[in-house]
Amino acid sequence: MDLNLFWYLMVGVLLTGYAILDGFDLGVGALHLLGRNDQERRIMMNSIGPVWDGNEVWLVTAGGALFAAFPHAYATAFSGFYLAFMLLLVALIFRAVAIEFRSKRAATAWRSFWDWAFSIASIVASLLFGVAVGNMIIGLPIGRDMEYSGGFLELLGPYPLMVGAMNLAMFAMHGAIYLYMKTEGGLQGRVRGWCYRAFGVFLIIYALTTAITILLIPSATRNFSAQPWAWIVVALLLLALANIPRCIHHGWPGRAFISSSCAIAAMVFLFGVALFPNLVISTISPEFNLTAYNAASSEKTLAIMRNIAFIGLPFVLAYTALIYWIFRGKVRIMPTSY
Amino acid sequence: MQLDATMLARIQFGLTVGFHYLFPPLSIGLGLVMVVTEGAYLVTRNKMYEIAARYWTKIFAVTFAMGVATGIVMEFQFGTNWSSYSRFVGDVFGSALAAEGIFAFFLESGFLAVLVFGWDRVSPKTHFFSTLMVFLGSVFSAVWIVVANSWQQTPAGFHLVRDATGAQRAEITDFWAMVFNPSSMHRLTHVLIGAIILGAFFVMSITAYYILRGRHIGFAKKSFTVALIIAVIASLGQLVSGHGHSRQVGNTQPAKLAAFEGLFKTTQGGTPIHIIGWPDEKTETVKMAVTIPGMLSFLMYNNFSTPVAGLDKVKPADRPPVLLPFLTYHVMAGLGMAFIGLSLFALLFLWRGTLFETRWLLWIFVFAVAAPYVANQLGWMAAEIGRQPWSVYGLLRTSDSVSVVVKAQEILTSIILFSVIYTLLFIVWICILNDKIQTGPQEITSAPFAPVQTEKAEGKGM
Ligand code: HDD
Ligand code: HEM
Ligand code: HEM
Repeated sequence: MDLNLFWYLMVGVLLTGYAILDGFDLGVGALHLLGRNDQERRIMMNSIGPVWDGNEVWLVTAGGALFAAFPHAYATAFSGFYLAFMLLLVALIFRAVAIEFRSKRAATAWRSFWDWAFSIASIVASLLFGVAVGNMIIGLPIGRDMEYSGGFLELLGPYPLMVGAMNLAMFAMHGAIYLYMKTEGGLQGRVRGWCYRAFGVFLIIYALTTAITILLIPSATRNFSAQPWAWIVVALLLLALANIPRCIHHGWPGRAFISSSCAIAAMVFLFGVALFPNLVISTISPEFNLTAYNAASSEKTLAIMRNIAFIGLPFVLAYTALIYWIFRGKVRIMPTSY
Repeated sequence: MQLDATMLARIQFGLTVGFHYLFPPLSIGLGLVMVVTEGAYLVTRNKMYEIAARYWTKIFAVTFAMGVATGIVMEFQFGTNWSSYSRFVGDVFGSALAAEGIFAFFLESGFLAVLVFGWDRVSPKTHFFSTLMVFLGSVFSAVWIVVANSWQQTPAGFHLVRDATGAQRAEITDFWAMVFNPSSMHRLTHVLIGAIILGAFFVMSITAYYILRGRHIGFAKKSFTVALIIAVIASLGQLVSGHGHSRQVGNTQPAKLAAFEGLFKTTQGGTPIHIIGWPDEKTETVKMAVTIPGMLSFLMYNNFSTPVAGLDKVKPADRPPVLLPFLTYHVMAGLGMAFIGLSLFALLFLWRGTLFETRWLLWIFVFAVAAPYVANQLGWMAAEIGRQPWSVYGLLRTSDSVSVVVKAQEILTSIILFSVIYTLLFIVWICILNDKIQTGPQEITSAPFAPVQTEKAEGKGM
C-alpha cells in the first residue's frame, strides 16, 4: 500500500471515528428539546457530558491530518466553503458553551436559552456535514488553479440538502439509540419511540438518496463496477440497518448501538469508495480533480505522519476506551453533573 | 492602512486567536495549580487541599470549555482565510498541527472527563493521574502549536520545490530540525512561563479578595502563599527567558528586533536601548526617548561597542511596522519588570508576617490579574506584527498568503459575526466566573454514586 492510499484511509478512519462518536452526541443534541422537563434534559445532556469534547477532537484531528497529508484539498475545500464553514464553526461554538453554561444558573429563561442554542446548533452542524458530503459527491466548480469558483448559495443545492437531511436523521437515530442505552424508566420508554421514528425517517430519506445517486450521478457508482467487492460492504450496511429495529424490539440497546455504529462506518466507507482516488471532484474537468496524489504532501511528510499516527493512535484508543469504561452505565445526576 | 482582503484576514486572525489566547494560558496556569493542590492532598490527606483542588477544577472547567470552543475556529482558519499559505506550508506545518491533535487534544479532552466528573467515580490516585494528564495535555498542545508558529518565524529543516500547478511550496527535509528550529524552545519556555505567571496572579486575585472580605480565610491564605512563591520564581524566570528570546530575535529576525527597539538607523559604535519612547515612522525618530547608552549592544553581544543592525540595513519592502511592535514589546517587558517588583515586594511583607493585614497591597493583587493577561496578548502582537510583511519569515509574504477565492465582504461578515458572538460569550464567561468566585469553595457534600436527585438540588450543581 502506498502512503497516499494509507493517508486516504487514515483520514477516512478519523472521519469514521468522528461520525460514530460525535454522531451520537450531535443526535442527542438534535433531540434535546424533546426532553419534557429540566430533569429529563439534564439526563440527556449528562449522558454525553463526559465524552462530547473527546468526540469532537476526532474532527479537529481529521482537519489536522487533512492539512498535513493533503494540503491542497484542505485549502481548496475550506476556502471554497468559506461561509458554510463559518456557520459550522458558530454552531460548534454554541454547542460547546451551551453544554457548559446551561447548568450554571437555575433560572428558567437561562436554561431554555441554552437548550435552544444546544439543539439548534446540533441540528445545523449535522445538516452541514451532510451538505458537505453531498457536494463532495456531485463535485464543485474547481479550475486549473485548484480554486473553487462558486458561491455560498450554490452549495445548498437540492441533492446536498437531501444528503444533509439524511445525515441529520441518521445522527438523530444514532443519538436516540445511545439515549436508549443510557436512560431508564419513563424517559427510556419514550426514547424507544424516538428510535423507531428516527429510524423510519432515516430509512425513507436513505432510500431516496440512494436511488437518486444511482440514477443521476454516474460518477458516484463508477468505482463499484470496477471494485465489485465493495458490494459486500453494501450488503453489510443493509444487514446492520435491518438489525437496528430488531434489537430495539427485543430491548437490546447495546446491540442496536453497535449496529448503528457499523452502519455509519459502512456509509463513510462507501462514500470513500465512491470518491476514490479523488478528494475534491471538479465539475469543470476531471483533470482538475484533487486526488490523493496531486493534492498530497511529500512522501517524507506522509511517512513522518504515519509514524506519528502509529505512536499516537494506540494511546488515543486506549484512553478513549478507558473513559467510556469509567462512565459506563446509566446516567446518574451527581453534584458534579451539568 | 488599507482595508483589503489581506488586512481583513489579518484582523480576523488576530481577533480570533487573541480571543482564543485568553483561555489557554489560564488553562495551563490553573492546571499547574490543580496538580500542586491535589498532589498536596494526596500526600497530606488534608481536607483543605481537597476543597481547594475541587474549587480550582470548577473554574478550570469553564475556562477550558471556552478554550475548546474558540480553538476549533483556529484549527480551520488556516484553510478558510489563508489557503495560499496552507498550500505553501502544509507539508511542514501540517504535521505539527496533526501531532497536536493526536498527542495533546485527545489526552486533554479524555482525562478532562475524569477530572470534572470523576471525583466520586474513581479513586483519588486515579483522579490525580487524570489531573496530571490534563495538565500534560495542555502543555503538549502548547508545545506543538508553538513549534508550528516558531517554524513560520524561523523556518528550518525544509527545502523549496515547485508543485504541479507551478506554485512554490516548502517540503520537509528534516523533521527534528523543523521541531527544534532556532526559536521554538525559546518561544515555548517563554509562553509556558507566561501562562504560569497568569495562573499565579489569577489565584492571588481571587484569594486576596477572599482575605479582604474575611471569607474562606484558611484556604485563601494557603493558596495565596503558594501562588506568590510561584509568581516570584516565574517572573524572575521570565526575565531570563525574555532576554534569551530577544537575542534569538536579534540573530534570526534582525528587522524585528530593530522594530522592537525603534532602531531606525544603525549606530556608529555601541547601540543604546530605549527604556521608553514613541517611535515616529515618518521622521524615523523616537520621540520622548529615555535611553541607556550602549545597553542594547551589551544585551545582544556582551559588550558596549558592537553596533546592532537598524532598519536601514533592511530593504524598504521588507521592513516591519515599528510603532506597534515597539509599544507592545515595551509594555510587555515593562510589565515583566513590574511583576518581579510586585511579587518580591509582597514576599517581603509575607516574610515580615504582615502581608495579610496590608489591605492596600491585597487590593492591588485583586486587580493585578489583568496585567499578565495584557502581557501575554501584547507579547504575541509584538511577535506577529514584528514578523510582517512576512507570514513565513523571508519566504512567503502575508499578502501572498490569503485565500484567493474568499472575498473581502465575506471576511468582513465573519469578523462581525465572531465579534458579536465572542463579546456575548465573554460576558457570560465573566458572569459565571463571578458566580463561582462569589460562591467560593464548598465543603464536599456528595456521596459516592448518589441516586438521581430531585429538582431542588439544581443550580447548585457544578
Ligand atoms: C500556548 C498555548 C496555545 C496556543 C498558542 C494556541 N492554543 Fe489552542 N489550545 C491550547 C493551547 C494553545 C490549550 C491549552 O491546549 C487549549 C485551551 C483549552 C483547551 O481546551 O485546550 C486549546 C484548545 C484548542 C483547540 C480545541 C481542542 C479541543 O477540542 O479539545 C483547538 C482546535 C486549538 N486549540 C487550535 C489552536 C490553533 C490552530 C492555534 C494557533 C493559531 C492555537 N490553538 C493557539
Ligand atoms: C521580562 C521581560 C520580558 C522580555 C525581555 C520579553 C521578551 C520577549 C520577546 C523578545 C518576544 C518576541 C519573540 C518574537 O518576536 O519572536 C516576546 C514574546 C512574548 N512574550 Fe515576552 N518578554 C518579557 C516578559 C513577558 C511577560 C511577563 C509575559 C507574560 C506574562 C510575556 C509573554 C510573551 C508572549 C506570550 C510572547 C509571544 C510568544 C513568543 O514569541 O514567545 N513576556 N517576549
Ligand atoms: C495564541 C497566541 C497568538 C496570538 C495572540 C497571535 C496574534 C496574532 C496577531 C495579532 C496577528 C495579526 C498580525 C498582523 O497581521 O499584523 C497574527 C497573525 C498570524 N498568526 Fe498569530 N498569534 C498567536 C499564535 C499563532 C500561532 C500559534 C500560529 C501558528 C501556528 C499563528 C499564525 C499566524 C498566522 C498564519 C497569521 C496571519 C498571517 C500574518 O499576519 O502574518 N499565530 N497572530
